[in-house]
Amino acid sequence: MEAFYEWARVLYDSTGINLPFIYDSYDRGRMIDGFFTTVKLSVICLFFSVIIGIIGAWLQNSPLKWTRRIVNGYIQLFRNTPPLVQLYFFYFAIGTLLPKVTNDYGGQEPILGGFTWAVISLSFFAGAYNVEIFRSGIEAVPDSTIEAAEALGFTRLHIYKDITLPLAFRVVLPALNNNLVNLVKTTTLAYAIAVPEMLYEANQIWSDNVNVTEMMIFMLLTYFVLVGILVWGMNRWERALKIPGFGA
Amino acid sequence: MKQKNNNVLPVMMAPRNRQTDPFRLKAWHGVVLASIVVLASIPAFAAEEPTRASMFEVLVRWMPLLLQGFVFNVVISISAMAVGTITGAALGLGQISLNGWVRKFAWITTQFFRNAPWLVLLFFAMFLLPFEIKIGSLIIPLPDWLKAIFGLSLPVMANVSEIVRGGVISLPSGQWEAAESLAFSRTQVLWRIILPQCVKRMLPPWMNLYSILTMATVLASIVGVSEMMTLTGQALAAEGGRTDLLIPFYSFVLLMFFIYCYPIARWTIRLEKKFAVIN
Amino acid sequence: MAWSEDQPMVSIKDLHKSFGALEVLKGISMDVMKGEVVCIIGPSGSGKSTLIRCVNALNDIQQGSILVEGQEVNDHNLDKLELRKKVGMVFQQYNLFPHKTALENIMMAPLLVLKQDKAEVEKLARQLIKKVRLEGKEESYPGELSGGQQQRVAIARSLAMNPDVMLFDEVTAALDPETVNEVLLAIKELAQDGMTCMLVTHEMAFAREIADHIYFTDRGVIVEHGPPDTFFDDAKDPRTVEFLGQIL
Repeated sequence: MEAFYEWARVLYDSTGINLPFIYDSYDRGRMIDGFFTTVKLSVICLFFSVIIGIIGAWLQNSPLKWTRRIVNGYIQLFRNTPPLVQLYFFYFAIGTLLPKVTNDYGGQEPILGGFTWAVISLSFFAGAYNVEIFRSGIEAVPDSTIEAAEALGFTRLHIYKDITLPLAFRVVLPALNNNLVNLVKTTTLAYAIAVPEMLYEANQIWSDNVNVTEMMIFMLLTYFVLVGILVWGMNRWERALKIPGFGA
Repeated sequence: MKQKNNNVLPVMMAPRNRQTDPFRLKAWHGVVLASIVVLASIPAFAAEEPTRASMFEVLVRWMPLLLQGFVFNVVISISAMAVGTITGAALGLGQISLNGWVRKFAWITTQFFRNAPWLVLLFFAMFLLPFEIKIGSLIIPLPDWLKAIFGLSLPVMANVSEIVRGGVISLPSGQWEAAESLAFSRTQVLWRIILPQCVKRMLPPWMNLYSILTMATVLASIVGVSEMMTLTGQALAAEGGRTDLLIPFYSFVLLMFFIYCYPIARWTIRLEKKFAVIN
Repeated sequence: MAWSEDQPMVSIKDLHKSFGALEVLKGISMDVMKGEVVCIIGPSGSGKSTLIRCVNALNDIQQGSILVEGQEVNDHNLDKLELRKKVGMVFQQYNLFPHKTALENIMMAPLLVLKQDKAEVEKLARQLIKKVRLEGKEESYPGELSGGQQQRVAIARSLAMNPDVMLFDEVTAALDPETVNEVLLAIKELAQDGMTCMLVTHEMAFAREIADHIYFTDRGVIVEHGPPDTFFDDAKDPRTVEFLGQIL
């Protein structure tokens, strides 16, 4: 590892290509922190957006007209407005309405930080897509299959747990994975409210070292690889879950 | 073993982008949205000092400027879409080229720009393009907004490339075979037989992409282009950072994008349904 | 009133069933004794499928009575699960669970509904697979099987619940002609074993061969019924004569 760090230093000295996130331990720490913040943000948002999707799909089947309308209104609002403005709206507009708390240093700080607001905003954004995805999956399970389970004496819970969900899940997996990949890319928006994710840390580094070109190319490659691994993993997962003779 | 068509299980239907309870935009929805804005601002409104202008007066005062900003967003989106569509169509045709190297190059380029976050690509264009280009004695300045258009057209290009490839491979191979057996050249088959049929299929995802692009134009505010979001920030600063103005101003930005993008989304769904019936 | 084996296993009295304003069944009555095989024939849309779907409460009833082993089906407090343990059903479109293998399809209901021991259920399932002549297909998914094979798995799946009555709803209508016979053979063996069966079918020769009693329905009423020989050779009602004339 040391040799690799040294190589980056030599590279800088000899060619001027400056990669401080390799040879400089402080910048390296920032970059690693940024990477894990991006991963953490993605995973937490993924979790909540799926929960929102499941609850929303369930509410969309509500017999109450207004419940369905509110869910539809939520979907349309979040799908047809810029996610960045949504984030600003949550962070600045709603964030300032909330009470402040006293921090350890005696100063005032908002009760919810940038990271939390990014989680809330991005989860609602991705969740709006997930509601539609889950609903279409549940609709794609034919009534006749459910009926066969009924005729065998399955309870409603068993039908939902052992028939509807496993089938719906396989139908929606490609769309869900696609949305997850988009979510990971969308976490870069958290940069705008100074959440120290990967892009933000890269910006810090290029501001200190004046090496925009290197950092920019590094960012592109990092996201290319990160998203590429994700897509590859998802495709493998889809294939592993594929039932012979089922689906196209 | 032979299988009848009805062995194909109905569950393999692709997820439909259909709504059981269509929620269409009607005039009164605007009223509802506006009243949400009003209601949401009441807590801030109550705390307001009487000497200052009410927040709606402020909003109305800034509205012309903000709307100009929005027009700029639309201009950026249309320009980036045009550039992205032309380059993306070329790249997409490259992906179905008979030449293996062209195909590989087009594929890797597409994947590269598709996997990168839009914001990173925008930064890439902002920071790495020069502020002017010299060709001999001719100096072409590259203002920020032009760079933003270029930056946003990169992901559009990659996505259009995928739409074109997807549209072409979605056609049954019988179309190729039938046309080739009539001794059409490959170019003729592609331009006269295949692409005209694909355009219909490609239109809904293309419109969807335009909608996403339009919403992404606000990213240009992060790099300082004077579009609607930037102007909103400046207006808020000019009013002395009054916190009660945040909700109405941001709501106004959201509303403008909603009014523009929602009809596109509805139209897209309608086209999808229509083409689904034809095909 | 306790039910005993000399009383009808299924007793239908003046059954009425409507879908909205459309009355599909207009006063149907029939008795099915234990071990009896009853075939219901008639033109499309005559309500025959609806009739047998009412027997295991997949469709609810507006008026009249269905007693299954003395248990009233037209009852709001009916324990549908108990009813369905007694009444097995096979569908036109097989309706196997596509995400489970043939063996798993058969084992699922005994495990989940009857909560039987897994080792015993598996033993039973393998016997049933053998009974419907599908040895070697235990681990195949429904999508990998032909229609006839799927339908035989579906029959085995119902038998695994050890029902007292089996309902067959046009089980050969969706099959390739060359696979119809293998399914009919499975049903015939079942009938010979003494299973009480109610079949809706278009296979007239088959009906004549295995049925103890034939019912001809048209426009929601039973037009004519009788033992197969009398029914096919000596039909009285002009509608029956016309129908048989078209079919035979």
